[in-house]
Amino acid sequence: MQKTYSKEFLLELYRKMALIRHFEERVKFLFLEGIMPGTIHQCQGQEATAVGVCAALNENDVVASTHRPHGHCLAKGLSVDSMMAELFGKVTGCCKGKGGSMHMGDLAVGVIPAIAIVGGNLPLAAGSALAFKMRNEKRVAVSFMGDGATNEGVFHETLNMAALWQLPVVFVVENNLYGASTPVSMTVRTKSIAERASIYNMPGKRVDGNDVVAVYEAAKEAVELAKSGGGPTLLELMTYRITGHSRRDPALYQPEAERKAAKVNEPVGRFGKYLIDSKIAQQSELDAITEQIDQEIEASVTAAMAAPEPKPEDALEDNFVESI
Amino acid sequence: MKRLSIAEALRETISQEMRRDKRVFCIGEDIAIPGGWGGAFTVTLGMEKEFADRMINTPIAEAGFMGIACGAAVMGMRPIADVQYSDFLFCAMDQVCNNVAKLRYMSGGKLTVPMVIRAPVGVTGRGSQHAQNMETFFMPLPGVKIACPATAYDAVGLLRTAVRSDDPVMIFEHKLLYGSKGARAESGAVDASSDIPDEDYTVPLGKAVVRKEGKDVTIIGTLLMMHRAMQAAAELEKQGISAEVIDPRTLVPFDWETVRNSISKTGRVVIIEESPKQGGIGAEIAATIAEEMSELLKSPVKRVAAPNTPAPFSPPMEKFYIPDVNRICAAVQGLI
Repeated sequence: MQKTYSKEFLLELYRKMALIRHFEERVKFLFLEGIMPGTIHQCQGQEATAVGVCAALNENDVVASTHRPHGHCLAKGLSVDSMMAELFGKVTGCCKGKGGSMHMGDLAVGVIPAIAIVGGNLPLAAGSALAFKMRNEKRVAVSFMGDGATNEGVFHETLNMAALWQLPVVFVVENNLYGASTPVSMTVRTKSIAERASIYNMPGKRVDGNDVVAVYEAAKEAVELAKSGGGPTLLELMTYRITGHSRRDPALYQPEAERKAAKVNEPVGRFGKYLIDSKIAQQSELDAITEQIDQEIEASVTAAMAAPEPKPEDALEDNFVESI
Repeated sequence: MKRLSIAEALRETISQEMRRDKRVFCIGEDIAIPGGWGGAFTVTLGMEKEFADRMINTPIAEAGFMGIACGAAVMGMRPIADVQYSDFLFCAMDQVCNNVAKLRYMSGGKLTVPMVIRAPVGVTGRGSQHAQNMETFFMPLPGVKIACPATAYDAVGLLRTAVRSDDPVMIFEHKLLYGSKGARAESGAVDASSDIPDEDYTVPLGKAVVRKEGKDVTIIGTLLMMHRAMQAAAELEKQGISAEVIDPRTLVPFDWETVRNSISKTGRVVIIEESPKQGGIGAEIAATIAEEMSELLKSPVKRVAAPNTPAPFSPPMEKFYIPDVNRICAAVQGLI
């Protein structure tokens, strides 16, 4: 860390990451218990990418997320209550139960409902950026994607146009080394994904995606460049998913040694240790943060379970503004 | 009041809408290149002169620019995205079907996607891949509205409605009806020009028009097929058969009431479609009539459509492929 940051700022980064971790763990438990419907794609181990990037954004900036959206939503400011209710399919959910885990979002806090088709969100972020640019608004759009999305055709199409038109957009690749179960080494010939930026003549940078401050600094630079008219950036954040791809996936394709190393390097514990080792915070302060988080999450579970189910025929609403 | 072709009428109307509302912009391939063609069929010809910043020429990247238009629409702009041939929509299918059509629903109605997609259709001497009437692929897609203007008057009114709508609207335009001029003129073109009133009229989505009244049979067709149906109706008139011709104008929403009123009078219906019969628009219309209006029918519903093959290139085969006046007349005669 080059710069110095206020304790308040650093503790907020920690709180957000711990919130995502605890939220995901609680959701996993509810799901495995069979209490929660649907399917889930979780982001344990990838908390620093969401939190570091969103810390560099303003409230009116927007993010576009993926089939693995919980972390991005929490980091951008979606409420735990509305997300938990959405996961339970309740009317109090952020999408009134119409979206579920894979389409979590709320434009009110700058999250486009998540796009669960790999690569599908990239042009939405670029299009948002086009709107900002045409209206001369100092706003930026972020597209989160996994490493797998970078092999989709729409990745190329979107990066090309974003660079061509110098759109205020940041493309954030969370490289967790696997596209579902397939190792990135089996899908990409280049040494890094970041180096692909050069063919679009935009900056590309590979960053330790488990170092929340490093992520924040890289994102801040990209966001400032975008907002000053300097166009898009491709950030490749190296991270690791310490949970399955979805549902009950035991992730047997992740080698044991790699998993062990990843658990040591996971961002929440690592940042907590850093805060204590560098005497920025005491263990008791971090414990107090997690205790408060757990209370908030438990309250959200209670509220979500008590919330009303949608009426079945609510399925017919919200298709059009001017209904037919 | 002035006489305009569909291409001219669309150009004027898009320009008017862009003057009226700064949020409206055009995005697509070759739409506004000085010295170019104004899209594949001259609709946006020369518009870069007035709207330098709002005519966005894209690379050949249909998925990308359709998604970009969608993102801009979600953020409050009103894009008009244009593909050169509707067949190219297949390249953008994920963006149109998964994002444009579903974002509002998935958000629980919290956002809108006020965009217009324009796409030229029709089997027109170009073989199989610049030939499809793609509206048939979108009729089963919840979340988009579909307009098919067969005249310049309707092109103006439907485009105004579409641009001003908060919902995504796809407008399918027929290559033989544009009245494109110069190097972009089409052989076999059909005159679809209209006297366009000066006032700011609109044509609502979901309101069919009875193009010709009749009492013996109802013929339903959009775009070029409406014009073919009118020719067939004139032929049938000579034989003493009185055909009513309905132009639905929009497929989603669909004006079932006008169809019902017509069938209550005629008791017979023939649906004309330029696409393959299998799983097509005619199938949907016929099924609904059979389900909900069978008590009005004096004879089974009849469809006249293209065969279940891709469109062929060679003129004799292409002529065989597209429903023509003789086939429509024969279908009607078979019912009476």
